[in-house]
Amino acid sequence: MSAQTGSAAQASRAQPVRYGSMSRSRRWALRWSYFFLVLFAAFFLLPPFYMLITSLKTSAEISAATNPWWVFSPTLENYIELLTTDQYLVFFRNSALVSLIVVTLTMVISVPAAFALSRMKFWGSATLATGVFLTYLVPETLLFIPLFKIFAEVRNLTGIELINNWWVLLILYPTLTVPFCTWIMIGYFASIPKELDEAALIDGATWMQTLTKIFIPVALPGLIAATIFAFTVSWAQFLYPLAFTTSTDQLVLPVGIVTTLIKGDVFNWGQIMTGALLGAAPPLVIYAFLMDYYIAGLTAGATKG
Amino acid sequence: MSQTAQASSVAVPRRTMRQWLKRPSTIAFLMTLPLILLIGLLVLYPAGYAIHLATLNKGMTRFVGFGNFEFLFGRETFWMVVKQSCIFAITAVVFKAIIGFVVAHFVHNIPSKGQRKWRGMLLVPWVIPPAMSTLAWLWLFDPSYSAFNWVLAQFGADPVPWTGDAYWARFSVILVNIWIGSPFFMIMYLAALKSVPDQLYEAALIDGANWWQRIWYITLPMMRNIIAITALFSLIVTFANFDIVRILTAGGPLDLTHVFATWSFLVGIESGDIPLGASVSLFMMPFLAIAAVIILRDVVKRGSQA
Repeated sequence: MSAQTGSAAQASRAQPVRYGSMSRSRRWALRWSYFFLVLFAAFFLLPPFYMLITSLKTSAEISAATNPWWVFSPTLENYIELLTTDQYLVFFRNSALVSLIVVTLTMVISVPAAFALSRMKFWGSATLATGVFLTYLVPETLLFIPLFKIFAEVRNLTGIELINNWWVLLILYPTLTVPFCTWIMIGYFASIPKELDEAALIDGATWMQTLTKIFIPVALPGLIAATIFAFTVSWAQFLYPLAFTTSTDQLVLPVGIVTTLIKGDVFNWGQIMTGALLGAAPPLVIYAFLMDYYIAGLTAGATKG
Repeated sequence: MSQTAQASSVAVPRRTMRQWLKRPSTIAFLMTLPLILLIGLLVLYPAGYAIHLATLNKGMTRFVGFGNFEFLFGRETFWMVVKQSCIFAITAVVFKAIIGFVVAHFVHNIPSKGQRKWRGMLLVPWVIPPAMSTLAWLWLFDPSYSAFNWVLAQFGADPVPWTGDAYWARFSVILVNIWIGSPFFMIMYLAALKSVPDQLYEAALIDGANWWQRIWYITLPMMRNIIAITALFSLIVTFANFDIVRILTAGGPLDLTHVFATWSFLVGIESGDIPLGASVSLFMMPFLAIAAVIILRDVVKRGSQA
């Protein structure tokens, strides 16, 4: 009996019905894909979701033995408290200032450099391009100790106090953002057809005009991707501010939240989660609106040669 | 003609200067000058200075040669840090690569209309600043209020000491790293998957290849480059990671989760022994250099192919 149905099924599969069976297996593959995607999405979105839940709770509810995955009496208390205290607003202002200035500096340094490296051959240009890529691979964890000592020496020599001022980060962050931005801009600029800038040069445009009138408009998506990257890195950087700034009025958000909201052994988790969520908001908002540029920049970094 | 122009301009220095400024190579040099200064002063010089610092004594008054390294080799904590850094980096990268590969396939499988939405959702961990998301994990792992332990308790299981016990703490820091990093792999692999021509799969299907053979003989060889480069890239970043370990365990319990970055921070900045901290962080250099050389070879190779 079973052999009969088996052979019948085989017969039906061997004949024109084959297409139907393929689409059926395709349908199952699709269902499984959705099933696992839901599982992975749950895993990936769990911590931010839990941040949101905790941020809506009162301290009493957080320490109660109720279901932690549900808010029984939602309140905006944490948000109001954080956004009305000067301290948190100072962190936010420091972060915003540092990130915006670093993004500007990065673009001013890396766009002309990328243009020169991708189009104008000069002595050592190939070596420099490779050097830019290698610099991008140097992590900040390798440099913070010598830089700390160098800055202390600068103070001894000139009397300029660099350490424990928020603007010291303006010197430090470009070491992380400039190499990467230059690297992906070289990639974007190199993909622009040579005929375009040759025509401009023949028409009598200067190099500067070629850059501002042709390269920047044509490579605008790359420019946006690089800008987003520079902003995200500056906003998220944790080691440099932790090592180089200590006074509460000089801290940026990530360090501010970690060091000031955790007071001794007393963790005010409602406020910490609120602070962390608000701190994660700017990159998330930018990402939500400019996702395609963000992803283009991400893949360009390692794939474009 | 240009020769005569040059010869005549020697008499007038201002014109020479202007001519020099008009030469493409000069303009190019000036355009890259800020970049060169930045790399030279803030990357190369500190890197060299670190080597110099590592040969000084704690007060930075006396040259001790390899004294700091000898001291480190004699300390058990140092070897623990080496071991933990390697375990941390390798395990995390392997799992990130596997999860990224699998999730990229699932996203690739569904109709392209919905892919953007899923991709957007799955990349969220990569977008949140690691310091912020690690705080959320720290709260999820809280010794007394852990939300995971609450769920476990509903099933009658014992609470897990997520950051209190040495093995669980290692598991936790790796888990958080995987959570943050696998979306990056997913995006890279998804881009690579899209570049594999469909005809190859169609031909394989006609030849009767099953899904495993299709992955093994088509997908993996076609994606080999991107898999290697992403993994090496991530290996560098993970090996030098600081944020996650610092916030989640601060190296504890009993220094068992320290990696190079967190330990050198503790030794160099918090304990004030800058030369010893520099020596610790210098140990990252050979590992990173090997990875960098391999990546660079690949990048240069593909650059010449294009």
